Amino acid sequence: MNARWVIDKIKKSGLKGRGGAEFPTGLKWEMVKKAKAKKKYIVCNASEGEPGVFKDGFILENYPEVVVQGIKIALKTIKNSSAFIYLREDYYKKFGEKLRTLIKKEPIYLFKKPPFYLAGEETALLEVIEGRRPEPRIKPPFPVEKGLWGYPTLINNVETFYYVAKIIQGEYRKTRFYSVSGDVKNKGVYEMPINYSILRILKETNNLPEFDFFVQAGGRITGEIITPDKLKKKVKGQGAIIVFNRSKTDIFLLMENWVDFLLRENCDKCTPCREGVFRLAEMVKQRKIDLKTLNDLLFVLRQTSFCGLGKGVALPFFSLIKNLGVKEIK
Amino acid sequence: MKPKRKTIELFIDGKKVKGFENQTILEVALKSNIEIPALCYHSDLKIKGNCRLCVVEIKGRKGLFPACSTLIEPKMEVITDSKLIRRARRINLELIFAQHCEECNDCIWSFNCQLLKLAKKYRLNISRFPDRKKEYPVYQFGPSLIFDSSKCVDCRNCVEVCKKQGVGFLKIKQKGHLFQIVPDETKECVYCGQCIVHCPVGAFEAVGEFEDVEKPLSQKDKIVIFQFAPSIRTSIGEEFGLPYGTVVTGKLIAGLKKIGADKVFDVSVGADFTTFEEAKEFIKRLKQNKHLPMFTSCCPSWVRFVEVYAPDFVPFLTSVRSPHIILGGLIKTFWAEKQGLDPKKIVVVSIMPCVAKKYEIQRKELFLNGLKPVDYVLTTRELAYLFLKKGINLKKIKPEKPDDPLGLPTGAGVIYGASGGVMESALRTAFYFLKVKQKLERIEFKKVRGMQGMKQAVIDFNGKKIKVAVVNGLGNAKELLEKIRNKPDLYDYVEVMACFGGCIGGGGQPVPTDKFIREKRAKALYRIDKGKKIRLAHKNPIVLEVYKKFFKDKQKVHFIAHTRYFPLKKKKNEQSERVSSK
Repeated sequence: MNARWVIDKIKKSGLKGRGGAEFPTGLKWEMVKKAKAKKKYIVCNASEGEPGVFKDGFILENYPEVVVQGIKIALKTIKNSSAFIYLREDYYKKFGEKLRTLIKKEPIYLFKKPPFYLAGEETALLEVIEGRRPEPRIKPPFPVEKGLWGYPTLINNVETFYYVAKIIQGEYRKTRFYSVSGDVKNKGVYEMPINYSILRILKETNNLPEFDFFVQAGGRITGEIITPDKLKKKVKGQGAIIVFNRSKTDIFLLMENWVDFLLRENCDKCTPCREGVFRLAEMVKQRKIDLKTLNDLLFVLRQTSFCGLGKGVALPFFSLIKNLGVKEIK
Repeated sequence: MKPKRKTIELFIDGKKVKGFENQTILEVALKSNIEIPALCYHSDLKIKGNCRLCVVEIKGRKGLFPACSTLIEPKMEVITDSKLIRRARRINLELIFAQHCEECNDCIWSFNCQLLKLAKKYRLNISRFPDRKKEYPVYQFGPSLIFDSSKCVDCRNCVEVCKKQGVGFLKIKQKGHLFQIVPDETKECVYCGQCIVHCPVGAFEAVGEFEDVEKPLSQKDKIVIFQFAPSIRTSIGEEFGLPYGTVVTGKLIAGLKKIGADKVFDVSVGADFTTFEEAKEFIKRLKQNKHLPMFTSCCPSWVRFVEVYAPDFVPFLTSVRSPHIILGGLIKTFWAEKQGLDPKKIVVVSIMPCVAKKYEIQRKELFLNGLKPVDYVLTTRELAYLFLKKGINLKKIKPEKPDDPLGLPTGAGVIYGASGGVMESALRTAFYFLKVKQKLERIEFKKVRGMQGMKQAVIDFNGKKIKVAVVNGLGNAKELLEKIRNKPDLYDYVEVMACFGGCIGGGGQPVPTDKFIREKRAKALYRIDKGKKIRLAHKNPIVLEVYKKFFKDKQKVHFIAHTRYFPLKKKKNEQSERVSSK
């Protein structure tokens, strides 16, 4: 099992990162492998911070040995490397011991993530491991060139490492893990083909509601709001599907959930995210939304935010207005 | 030699410009005189990308890109103005205004305020959102600094520069779901004031700036004497629209006379005394081989840094007083006697590039039989404001001559204002004391000049190699101290100035202050030196006269020209007082 073979195999599989950004995994591995440096780092991102997404916890609970196997493959593929598993606090508590027994003497270290959603962002995570405040870094340089302590760093999500192991074992069937929750009968994590539409997933998991509903796809904060007639598309991001009973859902409460989370979990570094979210929250909480202001705020959030969190704030609001109608928020 | 950097050609707004590999769009634009608004960018600091005002478009790419953190590429076509760009800047500016409680009538940026300029340019509704920081506290740090956190726009330049200074007194603290800049109660501010000149929105200022500027003039029946620091003469012109590095010594004197100064003296003369004493002390220490390296002590912020953060180095500071304290002392003793004046009736006002000097004049060990050598310190900015208030325009005023005899410095006294100046002046005089065969060119010690944070030189003193270092920026000083702890004989003589580039980059200087501007101010000082007939402190006639007629015994010299330092322990709550919450 040489490095070239591993990377080719991952490339051929077409695997894309499962942390949300969907960067081709094989290419990322190749970039880190090719980068010239004395040593390199590998980070398994198990920070899974967005509500509605819980598939990484499911994988760590049920298949920790596969995840560790994936990391070990990376250690072998990338010379002079050591690895961190970057776990959110409860995962650290729940799975730490089990992971340690699986790691044995390999240079894989567990790292407890601070309670900050943004600390899961891939460059903020590097800051945290280096002992600083969780704030994203300016890119470029990208972590594959300069990551932890300036060394090339491979950062992949738990699920990505899981599937790398599966690919190498010849057991990858182009599936992914979907987190299904909300007003559904069968809440849970389901492994299903990557090309399934939301509709099909809801049907096959026996979760398609009979009442009037809408879903938020991707995550409970940054996911897109989609009405039943538009469900024939794939889930983006981290593969979460949340179902809402339309008549029972207070749209303002829903938005308040979003802004409360964003207010609490953003890092306050850049103007649009710090101030924009603050003003967004102000409006939502006062139940008084001025559409022009809303549009302006979402515009700068999407166009000028420093990192993906701020850029992603606009999607749920825009899609809510577009798909549910302005009336709902007036 | 530095490896040659690859040149890159690109277009900004259709104009062909050149930059180097690894430069950002903003850097190239600034150099090519293309305006891009950038609030959190400062040439001294890392690129943070916090304010998001510098967004531009790049032809062929979708969306907006921050100019401060986007690297240039060959043939790149950058657009700095479009409907999209204007909209983004306008909204982000409105959001920034919603953080910033304006107090434009009392702000160090008053005429140069980038926010207001941009507000006009982008036709903002500056009160679109209600101020969210109305209740944020105002802090006072000792007798030197005010931090009004209700003006802060969270660019975090202050936190970075404070850390860069090796102090880390300002920090980010989480309060609720938001973050605030707060003083770290476990640390001490050393009053360098770099936060003032690195804050783009005037959240920091000197104590008394600008409400107390007229205080020194309100003293009835007193003789008011102004003395101005070496670096002021090449910086204050900026406040009146003169080009960077314009020498305005005569105009400055004329202005001071006009606002009511009975006499105007030059702190550079004080510097000649400092040089004289310091060279003597250095030679003494060299001979005794004791407490070496000797550190300069004319920078009160550096002295405080040593007293608080490196007390083991207290004995290494020269005991010689700083120039304006010596001159103030001489005014109230030597000159008062000569004039037959009661020193209690004299008020000495120093115009300084510095806010730490406001703290220095309160140090009790400097008092002369209960009398303060200097009664007031006004910063360069404060004096400019006072001039303005009194209708004095330095651009137009006719220059006047300084007053005899304490207004006539040598070139050595003038270069005190730039990093390396104290060292160079002291070396010139030490050469004389040690009867080192002076070649003419040895008046100039060019290796200790320049804007680099750390400079060193080895100088031949009749066969003995003297190792000197010149440091500006307290962070660099902190590193140097660590090196000296590990290797005590690394240097014989070290000059430290707290501020970048020395006093020309001081916390009391006009804003903006950056790398380019500091260099201009410093170069002008060296030009003055070069043009002076007398360039050696020990040849200043007034120095010779005072030593001959007034400093008759050692005690008297000590009384006026020397002082003591103390390791400082933090007293609880003394240091950063929360003065109000508005």
